[in-house]
Amino acid sequence: MRTPDVEIRWWEGCPSTDRALSAVREALAELGLGDEVRMREVLTDDEAREAGFVGSPTILIDGVDLVPAADDEPIGLSCRVYRRRDGRISPLPDPDDLREALLRAAERAEVTR
Amino acid sequence: MSLAIGEVAPDFALLDTEGRRWSVAPYDDAPATVVVFTCNHCPYALAWHDRIAQVADDYAARGVRVLAVNPNDSNRYPGDSAEAMRDRVSREQWTIPYLRDDTQEVAREYGARVTPDVFVLDSEGRLRYRGAPDADYDKPTEQAQWLREALDEVLSGSIVARPETKPVGCSIKWKP
Repeated sequence: MRTPDVEIRWWEGCPSTDRALSAVREALAELGLGDEVRMREVLTDDEAREAGFVGSPTILIDGVDLVPAADDEPIGLSCRVYRRRDGRISPLPDPDDLREALLRAAERAEVTR
Repeated sequence: MSLAIGEVAPDFALLDTEGRRWSVAPYDDAPATVVVFTCNHCPYALAWHDRIAQVADDYAARGVRVLAVNPNDSNRYPGDSAEAMRDRVSREQWTIPYLRDDTQEVAREYGARVTPDVFVLDSEGRLRYRGAPDADYDKPTEQAQWLREALDEVLSGSIVARPETKPVGCSIKWKP
């Protein structure tokens, strides 16, 4: 399977970046998909607007947001609110959502090769 | 500048979501007062909220006062506006007063850095604990243990064994 293209968009005002990177790397390793992750810092409100950044961390897999933002989700420099599968609010996505999204992307890549 | 352990916390007069005015003085109105800087849009503040609310309920009978203060710039973060605060209090049936620090002066005087940032004052208004509610936002079983320990020690007249921890959360959204 090909390693999907993974990018983490982050903002320094939110302390979850390291944990997000660890979570992505752990999931990639578990699936045998390498460990390549691009980090893109969002520095200003203008950059956030331009990128449609709805909070840190935002994890893009093959350019698609792991958890697509709702239409009314405000764009800007903030920490992103995720909901775990058990309903808990968290600054990070559910690890199972992350793993499944990576796997789907890798399988898609395999099929279209 | 940040309030140091042992210093008397500055008093304030802030309005809650119903327009009622709240202060921390006179300090001896309560054997302990918890001031939590928090907000609506931060996942850390949201993740810890129920645990802090439970502390407020559990210690109410012992006279402990818990005040939640939202200092964020609501122009840039409309999710923290007075109206959004009112909606949330009503929707979630808060028992804690939710105060708006519109000028951000209180947050600055206390030296609050993130949401949530917890300050425990004794009956003389002296800061006895400052930091996170517990060791991990992601573990509800922690039950705001650091905050509970500090309150128990203040209420029993003991020295607070762990007076400071690193607050973990979203940076306060200061006005430009």
